[in-house]
Amino acid sequence: MSSAEFIIQGIITAIELIAGMDPYILSIAGVSLKVSGTATFIASLTAIPLSFIISHREFWGKQKLLTLINTGMGLPSVFVGLFVFIMLVPAGPLGFLKLIFTPKAMIIAQYILVTPIITSISLAAINAVPIAIRENAYSLGGSHRDVAVVVLKEAKFGIVTSVLAGFGRAIAEVGAILIVGGNIAYTGSVGGIGEGLSYTRTLTTAITSETSSGDISVAIALGLILITINLSVNAAVSMLQGRGEERGTA
Amino acid sequence: MLQSACCREGGKNVVLLEITGLGKTFGGKQVLRDISLDVEKGEIFAMMGPSGTGKTTLLRILNLLERADAGHIKLDGMVINGGQNNNRIAARQRISMVFQSSALFNDTVYNNVAYGLKVRGMDKHTIKSKVDQCLALVGLIGYENRKAKTLSGGEEQRIAFARAVVFEPDLLLLDEPTANLDPSNVVKIEEIIRTINRELNTTIIIATHHMNQVRRLADRVGMLLDGELIETGRVEDVFVKAADERTRAFIVGEMVY
Repeated sequence: MSSAEFIIQGIITAIELIAGMDPYILSIAGVSLKVSGTATFIASLTAIPLSFIISHREFWGKQKLLTLINTGMGLPSVFVGLFVFIMLVPAGPLGFLKLIFTPKAMIIAQYILVTPIITSISLAAINAVPIAIRENAYSLGGSHRDVAVVVLKEAKFGIVTSVLAGFGRAIAEVGAILIVGGNIAYTGSVGGIGEGLSYTRTLTTAITSETSSGDISVAIALGLILITINLSVNAAVSMLQGRGEERGTA
Repeated sequence: MLQSACCREGGKNVVLLEITGLGKTFGGKQVLRDISLDVEKGEIFAMMGPSGTGKTTLLRILNLLERADAGHIKLDGMVINGGQNNNRIAARQRISMVFQSSALFNDTVYNNVAYGLKVRGMDKHTIKSKVDQCLALVGLIGYENRKAKTLSGGEEQRIAFARAVVFEPDLLLLDEPTANLDPSNVVKIEEIIRTINRELNTTIIIATHHMNQVRRLADRVGMLLDGELIETGRVEDVFVKAADERTRAFIVGEMVY
């Protein structure tokens, strides 16, 4: 088989797997979406209020926190994986939680990776809201909470962009979740769960293992799904940034 | 000529705002020094002076957006600056301000005007009724569903007035409200200011460096120069014979600044 035939055959089989709703492929995509979606959601709950506080309040250690967030944006995912692994492994300080090699461990690792990204982009969006908007809201009788709502609404396009960017980083990430999740798929029926389905295997970790084991069609199918999700997220980010720039709050 | 609506009790003018010994320093520079002033209920008081002389800072302190370094501000006899936080919150609900730039929220005209009522917890029916009244007052009925960002500069400023007075503040602060407008919009805004003063009996302090605007709108005027209130008096008195030579020079355009 020539190299072109090998690739074409791989793509054809991959499309057949996706079109046929292969349970193994679907379970992997499901775990990816669940883990990255949950991590992004929890990170947003932390990052958006945090970015508002950083923007609107002066407090001790603010500059150090900003440095930490900027460092966190470029944090190598394998380092985060190693850190979470050490924390959660049975001999580690949080080993009693028995979270290592579970989707929850993967969520924790992705949360650490994604929170600085959402915080940083949200902060830029909130800082771009003219101070006159905030002062008007106060002047019209708004409480601190009312004013926060006004500012967040003005920055909403930038904030949604930050969440999508965070999700894009999470779903494409491989190093950390490979270390703390273990890339596990069930090899037998466990507690009613079907054989061969994913437990902690995600699109990215599965691509690495399927490529290593030579099952190129499955790897291509997973890659196509991953790239489709990423393209959709990036398209949404581009669209929102365009809308935000029209309003000067991207 | 329209008459302003000063309140009298037993034949005496009632003081709404008392400013005593107010001072403010920014980065080592004294921008306001020992400002003392009484403003009566229902009057239009113009604060005139060259650019950069402290007018905006004074209004921002009165609006509680800045803190004074010295002095007291009393609204209806209650100190509103300083430590008593409850007094500040209560006072903020009675004072409103229109800034040089309207800075409308990125929302509909209706939601912009309704904001001050919503944060005061009013019901939808009351809000609708008051928003309609205020849009009529500024001549923009039918604009409810327009996006604020699609309005012209003059319309934006008229909406800024509507949202500033919709909750009927006792004191309305105006910081160069016609600075960026063309002459026809200046006329409209000045008419709105008179109507607010006359129909809602709102006390107004307007910061401006336009002499004709002071003449057209104000009952009394104060001259602020380099952070000092050097003269106050009735408009007709100050414009005919200013007590301070610097005020006269400013009025006749001889002051170089």
